[in-house]
Amino acid sequence: MTNEIVIKTDKLTKRFGDFIATNEISFDVYKGEIFGFLGANGAGKTTAMKMLCGLSTPSSGSATIAGFDIYKQTESIKKNIGYMSQKFSLYEDLTVLENIQFFGGIYGLSDMQLKEKSESLIETLGMKEDAKKLVGSLPLGWKQKLSFSVAILHEPQIVFLDEPTGGVDPVTRRQFWDLIYNAADRGITIFVTTHYMDEAEYCNRVTMMVDGIIKALDTPTKLKQQFSAATMDEVFFELARGAKRKAD
Amino acid sequence: MRTLRFLLQKEFRQIFRNTIILRMIIAMPIIQLLVMPLAADFEIKNINISIVDHDHSSYSQKLIDKVIASGYFKLNDYSSSFNLSFQEFQKDNSDLVLEIPKNFEKDIVRENNGNLFIAVNAINGTKASVGSSYLARIIADYNSDIRLEWIQPQKIGTIPTIEIATLNWFNPFLNYPFFMVPGILVVLVTMVGAYMCALNIVKEKEVGTIEQINVTPIKKHIFILGKLIPFWVIGILIFTLGLFGVARLVYQIVPVGSLFLMYGFLSIYLIALLGIGLLISTYSATQQQAMSLAFFCMMIFLLMSGLFTSVDSMPPWAKLIAQCNPVTYFIDVMRMVVLKGSGFADIKNHFLIITVMAVFFNGWAVLNYKKTN
Amino acid sequence: MKQFIIFVKKEFYHVFRDSKTLLLLFGMPIAQIILFGFALTNEIKNADIVICDYANDIASHRIIDKLEVSKSFQIQKQNLSHHEIENAFKTGKVKLAIIFPSNFNNDLQHANKAQVQIIADASDLNTASTLTNYASSIVMDYQRELLKDKSLPLQINTDVRMIYNPELKGVFNFVPGVMALVLLLVCVLMTSVSIVREKETGTMEVLLVSPLNPLLVIISKAVPYFFLSIINLTVILILSTTLMGMPINGSLPLLYFESSLLIICALALGLLISNITDSQQAAMLISLMGMLLPVMMFTGFMFPLENMPQPLKIIANAIPSKWYYIIMKSIMIKGLGFSAIWKETLILMGMTLLLLIISVKKFKTRLQ
Repeated sequence: MTNEIVIKTDKLTKRFGDFIATNEISFDVYKGEIFGFLGANGAGKTTAMKMLCGLSTPSSGSATIAGFDIYKQTESIKKNIGYMSQKFSLYEDLTVLENIQFFGGIYGLSDMQLKEKSESLIETLGMKEDAKKLVGSLPLGWKQKLSFSVAILHEPQIVFLDEPTGGVDPVTRRQFWDLIYNAADRGITIFVTTHYMDEAEYCNRVTMMVDGIIKALDTPTKLKQQFSAATMDEVFFELARGAKRKAD
Repeated sequence: MRTLRFLLQKEFRQIFRNTIILRMIIAMPIIQLLVMPLAADFEIKNINISIVDHDHSSYSQKLIDKVIASGYFKLNDYSSSFNLSFQEFQKDNSDLVLEIPKNFEKDIVRENNGNLFIAVNAINGTKASVGSSYLARIIADYNSDIRLEWIQPQKIGTIPTIEIATLNWFNPFLNYPFFMVPGILVVLVTMVGAYMCALNIVKEKEVGTIEQINVTPIKKHIFILGKLIPFWVIGILIFTLGLFGVARLVYQIVPVGSLFLMYGFLSIYLIALLGIGLLISTYSATQQQAMSLAFFCMMIFLLMSGLFTSVDSMPPWAKLIAQCNPVTYFIDVMRMVVLKGSGFADIKNHFLIITVMAVFFNGWAVLNYKKTN
Repeated sequence: MKQFIIFVKKEFYHVFRDSKTLLLLFGMPIAQIILFGFALTNEIKNADIVICDYANDIASHRIIDKLEVSKSFQIQKQNLSHHEIENAFKTGKVKLAIIFPSNFNNDLQHANKAQVQIIADASDLNTASTLTNYASSIVMDYQRELLKDKSLPLQINTDVRMIYNPELKGVFNFVPGVMALVLLLVCVLMTSVSIVREKETGTMEVLLVSPLNPLLVIISKAVPYFFLSIINLTVILILSTTLMGMPINGSLPLLYFESSLLIICALALGLLISNITDSQQAAMLISLMGMLLPVMMFTGFMFPLENMPQPLKIIANAIPSKWYYIIMKSIMIKGLGFSAIWKETLILMGMTLLLLIISVKKFKTRLQ
């Protein structure tokens, strides 16, 4: 983690009619940090992330991502970030290799780079025999790891992960987080939302969103001290008890 | 540009991997093109007639013979009971009932006046008027024949006759498939193009892969081009298969006019049509929605295109709709170029209009498509 | 039973919350009725024709007057050569050419025989043959005029009655056809897609493990479309009777009974299609692309079925809407009762049963 700020938001708000999904949230994210965005379902995490990715326009407030303005420079933002959606979005009817080639090519990797990177990626993931299989035929854990790797194929400054580990066993989850550490070591900033509180322990800093507001922002250790809690679960429980929005 | 290459690679891979759908979009138009033109025949033939004869005279027999000999009618039943014949009429087994009353022969010869009764099934108005006019002509002829038996021609006086010589150009044998095949081909290509294109984007929306696309630096218009080009290629393929495979081999239709002109128009037409498909997809979140919209548009396009009924006969407000319908223009161009050999000068208006439509629909679709909400 | 109703309710919610689907369900039949009723017709009106009058005499003028009065033609008077006529056809400006040779009236009065030439652009076959027929009958009218004054002996008179449709209204032919088209296509499409969608998204399994018999789950999907189709039918009936003077001479309950039969047949067909496809795209391709043209053509209201070659007539017999069209004409226009249509009803019932049996069987095997 460094002192260079890659994401800066100031009173970022998103309204859907009368409903305020995120309410004047302000925070900074440093380069190379693993930044966790926690909260219950419906707290506003995904909305916040979508705004930062350029998928959704804020109603008010300001933000810069990788130095680019959130309103006027969304296309430049997109060139410099990676994204892994909740819905898991690789093409199920294309093979592993074909997916890598497609997304790599889209992000401007040259044919030479594509060749190198796809080989090393498949090697790292241990997917050599599966390289020509359709993604749809892979088990969920493999799909997720592949999805993440494809998201950082072009070595973006920041990668956004929206609830990346839903539905897999703890071992696979652990392996997934190994990949994340790896990426962070290479200087990629990781912005991850999750509602698994134990994953909060893996982050450098963590924010807790409740009812659209940031109720806490600090390292996991300090938060546990602040709330006299043994686990992040308990911290969350303390903060979210009075929450009005609990479900998606 | 490189981005486009990758997009196209992905699209084509996906399309060709889906063998079921691929087979369907090729087989269905071909099969329909084979069968449909044979069904589309407006000509009035096979008129069934019931004849009720209460007179049983030589005159009534002569009339009956003349009616049957004319070749226009098929005798369904012949009896002396009107009720029986009318039952056949009600069951749609016969389209006309001719009733010859008792004393028909006597009335003509002695009273100078004979009467016949004709009932016509008028549910199909065209059939009714054609059928009844054929019968009227036969009866008039028969009437002349009878007069000539009794009275010498000079005594009747001169009966001027007008002879009508009819020539049918461009389709001398009045071959219905000649007329329908180009039009049906257009409709089939249209259906495949519009449906497939609309559904394709919406499927990405439903599955969620479109979010992944929206987050990349792919520009809107490149993305849309990437969706358009594969279906454009497929459209041209199906058209070619239909034109050379079915139309030429099976129906022996060889275009009189320039192939170049046809394909030129087809290219622009497909762009316009796929633009409509894209537009539909920007307004739909699910495949069912896209399909509902597409079906609705397709129906209106089909009915208002001049394929089944003539555009000229429509009231002004309907003509306006027909004039905003790209299918109308293509069917027109096909018929003109394939059957009449019309040249570019003859269809330059059509070209202009379809180009405007292509720009309009695609422009609208690009504007409407938002990577950021 | 209660569970069944809960499922049905859920399906109703799905349908009513989707505005675009509603547009199709209700908008399309209304649009079709309006189009068929007011815009589409087999008659030809306002056709551009050219008359080359080389005679310029009383006879040709008289005939031209008659042509002008007729609503079918829009006349240009120009003396064109054959080549010029061909060009006029090629540009699509003119559909028919009528040529009066010089000395037309002279020949008629003195030689008792004169010729009129009609040249038709037969690339548009429909228009060509209809226009030729119209023009010929107008010329024949003139000929009859010439004879009128001579009262001839041995006259045969004909009393012609147009039965069922005295005013020769085109709608009588179309409305039952539109009913058949709409009910059949929309039901098949909606049912097949709605069931396949659950398969595709995986929610089907959730439904199948519910305490309700799987077959009833599927039927619950079809139920809303049944009611919606009945409403659709009613709307079509109201529109066509008020706006277009379509009669309902027969029994209304019988009409609804037969229509319900067709709807169930369509729903069964939709069920069958959903059994053999795995994706919405495929279901849609079959229901729409595969069925639109065939149903339109083989029901018998666009083109007369008698004209079709034998093999096609046999195919037409397999289309449920063909039988429904006959039934509807009998009930609505002819005012006949069940005794006249029991055969067709039986056929329709047979088809429905067959489809139901096949699809239920297929469904059960899939479950294994």
